[in-house]
Amino acid sequence: MNDRHLIVLNVNGEDHEALVEPRKTLLDVLRHDLGLTGAHAGCEHGVCGACTVLVDGEPVRACLVFAVQAEAADIRTVESLGRDGELSDLQEAFREHHGLQCGFCTPGFLMLAEGFLAQQPDAGREEIREALSANLCRCTGYQTIVDAVAATAARRLDTERETAP
Amino acid sequence: MSDAAPQFDGRGGRWVGASVPRREDPRLLTGRGRFVDDIQLPGTLHASFVRSTVAHARITGIDLSATLAVDGVVAAYTAADLDLGDIVALLDRPPEEFAPTAMPILAREKVRFVGEPVALVVARDPYLAEDGAELAVVDYEPLPAIVSEETALAENAPLVHEEAPGNVLLDVSMFDTPGVDEAFADASGCVVEVVTRSGRQNALPLETRGVIASWDDHDDQLLVQMCTQVPHQVRTALARSLRVPERTVRVTVPDMGGGFGQKCVVGREEIAVAAAARRLNRPVKWIEDRREALTAGFLAREQRYRTRAAFDADGRITALDVDIVCDMGAYSCYPFTAGIEPLMASAEMPSVYQVPAYRVRARAITSNKAPTAPYRGVSRPQYVMAIERVMERAARELGVDPLDIRRRNLITRFPYTGVNGITYDPGTYRESLDLAEATLRDEGWYELRDSAAAEGRHIGIGFCCFSERTGYGSEAFAKRKMTVVPGFDISEIRMDTTGSVVVTSGTVNHGQSHETTLAQIVADRLGLHVDQVKLRQGDTERIAYGWGTFASRSVTIGGSAVALAATRLGELLCRIAAHLLDTSPDNVRLDGDGGVVQIDDPGRRASFEEIADVAYLRSHLLPKDVEPTLTATASFDVPGDGTFSNATHAVVVEADPGTGGVTILRYACVEDCGVVIHPKVVDGQCRGGIAQGIAGALFEEVTYADNGEPSAASFIDYLVPTATEIPDITVSHLETPCAFTENGAKGAGEGGTIGAPAAVLNAINDALRHTGVELDTTPVHPQTVLAALDAAADREMSVPS
Ligand code: FES
Ligand code: FES
Repeated sequence: MNDRHLIVLNVNGEDHEALVEPRKTLLDVLRHDLGLTGAHAGCEHGVCGACTVLVDGEPVRACLVFAVQAEAADIRTVESLGRDGELSDLQEAFREHHGLQCGFCTPGFLMLAEGFLAQQPDAGREEIREALSANLCRCTGYQTIVDAVAATAARRLDTERETAP
Repeated sequence: MSDAAPQFDGRGGRWVGASVPRREDPRLLTGRGRFVDDIQLPGTLHASFVRSTVAHARITGIDLSATLAVDGVVAAYTAADLDLGDIVALLDRPPEEFAPTAMPILAREKVRFVGEPVALVVARDPYLAEDGAELAVVDYEPLPAIVSEETALAENAPLVHEEAPGNVLLDVSMFDTPGVDEAFADASGCVVEVVTRSGRQNALPLETRGVIASWDDHDDQLLVQMCTQVPHQVRTALARSLRVPERTVRVTVPDMGGGFGQKCVVGREEIAVAAAARRLNRPVKWIEDRREALTAGFLAREQRYRTRAAFDADGRITALDVDIVCDMGAYSCYPFTAGIEPLMASAEMPSVYQVPAYRVRARAITSNKAPTAPYRGVSRPQYVMAIERVMERAARELGVDPLDIRRRNLITRFPYTGVNGITYDPGTYRESLDLAEATLRDEGWYELRDSAAAEGRHIGIGFCCFSERTGYGSEAFAKRKMTVVPGFDISEIRMDTTGSVVVTSGTVNHGQSHETTLAQIVADRLGLHVDQVKLRQGDTERIAYGWGTFASRSVTIGGSAVALAATRLGELLCRIAAHLLDTSPDNVRLDGDGGVVQIDDPGRRASFEEIADVAYLRSHLLPKDVEPTLTATASFDVPGDGTFSNATHAVVVEADPGTGGVTILRYACVEDCGVVIHPKVVDGQCRGGIAQGIAGALFEEVTYADNGEPSAASFIDYLVPTATEIPDITVSHLETPCAFTENGAKGAGEGGTIGAPAAVLNAINDALRHTGVELDTTPVHPQTVLAALDAAADREMSVPS
């Protein structure tokens, strides 16, 4: 059990080395070895989604992946959203719509929505709601999270239309 | 409504009432929040608990040798090793009413529920701590498990606690007013009896409990950073258990991922971890995992009401006779005790109705299940459900519209003193019902319901009217005869040389947006920009004593304390300004823009910066009788019976005859929490509360097998509703400012949770109205709905045409 592996994880565009036991989850390595504490542990059995990160663009539950499995993948965490201290459009929308209260589920929802909107930019409100049902929030009753993601989708589509030739 | 709220810069206006951007958001949105598990101290060790696998047993041996042999395990402790004082929660009531019981930090001699901590393992990393805990060998001599009201109260039932004969922790008859029997004998309308039950629920903050404790030689102090709603009570309990002065313990609360009452009591795990840190002189961290949280975290809500009510021919209630049993599980929680649920229910049961005669008996029983704690709403979802079911039943019996019967009984004139001795804060009991009904009528839901019935669709409409006591001051809590009496809140405000202020509060933010809302209150009082107000809370070193956040007390009591402290600082600033402007203190006032202005000559003004500069850097210029410190302190308590928010919830549901599933088609909440400090925050509190209420009405329940094994140890078995189960919810506000708080607010944290179960249950019963079945138990499972519909179909088939 105690044999360790030196792995290299590419997280948010940077390579990080970590010496880990094979049983260590990606979530624990991100949080405790790399100090990227944005992704949270809400259940560690794949249901709550608080640990959601993007692995090769796909929303993935970091508690269900062993870190050793994630070598060679492109991993993105909530810390990658926004730039130069500015919130991203999605983060702004969460703020504007009061899409968070305690904020514990929020990084998971942000990454879930980020991955989902990349795949389905023209999703309607009900499809968004359906997609967001992958994660649990105990504070908001979800409506304002759905509002925030729907508003982001609409805004992105508008921008795209405006900038289209 | 909230969207229309002005976004403004605070100048010349008021911050209170505006949905200003939340000050806590930037860090939480970028992953820079700091929750307990995010804190990493050098050399930290990790704790894991050995937990009981049986519900009730004598411990005959504990062997930790295999545990200690694990490479990386540093220590392992049993109760005997740690030798800590028990947690004992007391009520000041005679022995026939209350049986004091103790909660040991680790189980000694006996275990009383599956999941009870028996030993503590400390290791280099959390994986190794778990390895070690798994290898512990505990020998049990099983005892029969008490898992239901029937087994607990059976003659000669085995005892969970020797000190609690008959497994009763509390047995009180708080009210037995004259005229109850007469009213039942003379009931000219009807007498109804309804038995309502609600399942055991987990408050389920998404962040589980957690603690990191470390001994700091420099401060000669144990630093306990943890996830709690009540840091001062934890410090008090910790110091008593460790038998050290409180000075040597500091409890701080970082960001916190929800609590909902589960974290407003003192847990034994945190004390054990702190003791280990002290012994090992190393930081020790424990983060509860979800399995522990589900099986050994504090639960709530398992209650049964037998409610009899007499009505006169006009549909007016003439008497209420209630018997309440609350299953409090294995231990009495500190500081609230096992009395929290039954006492709350007894005192508040008549709810928003005028009840002339009232008798109530309420018991707290103990069982071999995880212990309980307050959970958002505390008993109010349950007694409201009981009385709202009574209203519906009586309406059916008397052939009256269910809303009419409510209107005939609602309290409409204030102040009103109820049969329970409570004087209710003025509210909008009638108006909220009228508005909720009008909303559904205008939107055509009644027509849809009726036309759908013809097509074989089962659509129903349900309502729930209630008020909730929010600002519980110490007078109100003292009536419960608690020996530890919550109520007041202390706040201190300090201005720096640049005119910004730091304000402390004994409340603890865990999603309620205090950093924003309390800053709004202070900004208005002083005429500052919210960005110049910094809130500090959740630290026992900064606040003399605090009562934390529960019972919707933060804005009512905490918000009043900060307002009062700000007012006092404002007075001090005016005094100094008058001196500087060479005028009398009566001739100046705060100008609402970060300064003090001379009333008779508005051209003359002293800014806060100027005043602060004098106060600290050139104090020789201060008036002779003013000390060089720009601070003010205030303590606030709500006098008398407290404050009451009120609401009406209206729900439309559809029951699926194929699956028995219930879908919510429309949810409207009309609420009155007095002055709304931040509309979006209040809406959010309402919606989040309603989601938890819907969860209790339709989904979440912890059941136990006969041997005391809990049914739900993961999210696979404990059904938490997601975005597809919780509908969009409209929230409308009525505002009856409260006269007893500094800011007119009444508290909004719990109402949603209180109204939803009854409203949803009533709507389901309306959808099933043609079946002859009435459901009085939550959660309503699909199979229950199916059975009702099947029974109705059978009856129809057997009716000869
Ligand atoms: S922590 Fe990974 S899904 Fe809950
Ligand atoms: S905001 Fe608290 S869990 Fe979602």
